[in-house]
Amino acid sequence: MATTMTKGWDRNQMAARAARELRDGYYVNLGIGIPTLVANNIPEGMTVTLQSENGMLGIGPFPYEDEVDPDLINAGKQTISQLPSSSYFSSADSFAMIRGGHIDLTVLGAMEVSEKGDIANWMIPGKMIKGMGGAMDLVAGVKKIIVVMEHVSKNGDPKFIPECTLPLTGKNVVDMIITDLAVFQRPDHGSPFKLIEVAPGITADDVAAKTSARYDS
Amino acid sequence: MQKMHPSAEAALDGLLFDGMTICAGGFGLCGIPERLIQAIQASGVKDLVVASNNAGIDNEGLGKLLRTRQVRKMISSYVGENKEFERQFLAGELEVEFCPQGTLAERMRAGGAGIPGFYTKTGVGTQVAEGKEHKEFEGETYILERGIRADLSIIKGWKADEAGNLVFRKTARNFNQPAATSGKVCVAEVEEIVPVGSLDPDSVHLPSIYVKRMILGAPYEKKIEFRTVRQREAA
Repeated sequence: MATTMTKGWDRNQMAARAARELRDGYYVNLGIGIPTLVANNIPEGMTVTLQSENGMLGIGPFPYEDEVDPDLINAGKQTISQLPSSSYFSSADSFAMIRGGHIDLTVLGAMEVSEKGDIANWMIPGKMIKGMGGAMDLVAGVKKIIVVMEHVSKNGDPKFIPECTLPLTGKNVVDMIITDLAVFQRPDHGSPFKLIEVAPGITADDVAAKTSARYDS
Repeated sequence: MQKMHPSAEAALDGLLFDGMTICAGGFGLCGIPERLIQAIQASGVKDLVVASNNAGIDNEGLGKLLRTRQVRKMISSYVGENKEFERQFLAGELEVEFCPQGTLAERMRAGGAGIPGFYTKTGVGTQVAEGKEHKEFEGETYILERGIRADLSIIKGWKADEAGNLVFRKTARNFNQPAATSGKVCVAEVEEIVPVGSLDPDSVHLPSIYVKRMILGAPYEKKIEFRTVRQREAA
């Protein structure tokens, strides 16, 4: 079984699945990597405002070559553009928005998520620590936390597990997990996760075989 | 009182001492006080404790002070993209206090606002919470974080009037605003000085009371860490 190539979602499809959680009028913060691709999947006609934690609401697309501005970057330090509805503010105001529960949704990557909703995505002991950036603030303050990650690590180990082995970014904070194989969700932070969806060509048994966390099926 | 100084060296005169704490504005290389960092490097002051979201990159921004080993400790949220930092950190030559980005911004803001500590949910249940006071409010757990009161703040602004009222530009505001308030003295470098009366008082981002000294730092060659662009569609 381990040798069979399984079907599932690719990075863009995972981002598109996350985009289905967007609602009209949402203010959203997207993490670096697959979460950034969610921006390309905002449904037509829906107003979603993207926040950049370095101090901007209303992130526009990458600039044209002649519009590149060193004073206008996103939290990944990439050059971006502004929109007519954009606003700028300080890092203190930015995290007041985040910590204060004003942001509706954040989509983040993770190295591990536990069955209790703990998330680890900032350091691996023994490796160079780069820092948590704004991840701890986001998982503590944003109303809904969606993790988008590969279902298993490069070694094939499950990433949705009973207890995180890596240092935590937040404890009991994750609401939804979208992997290349499946979607898990829980209604509140006291409930277990439930398998609510499998990717095309994937069965619930495939998911169970690659998951060590307990969840309702 | 003359806030304008002819050079970064002159603006920092009498303010620097070994072992001091400095709050610096900037996010990545965006909005960093590069003239003031250069002057601090040239002064040779050492054993610095620097609170800044990032630590520059190799030989840019605060990376300059790291290369000359003038920094004893960094208080930062993210320090990637910096080989010299990595080398000193792994060799145990540099102390690093990792602080969540929002907590760092609020520690600067609180310190500058006369608030010695505040409770936050950020970091509860993680390494960041270790050794810190925990307190329950309405059934939720929070940890106590300390405000930062620095000996000196160094910031970069866009425009200032001669009184020291200051305006930032786009995402270059970032940590410059909270950093400015957290220092006993704040020195600002700006791209343009305008006469008093030319800034709309309703549009001032940093009121003059915070800016004790300033310099015209222009011309700037602003660095970009990741240049990302899109192509124009053919007409």
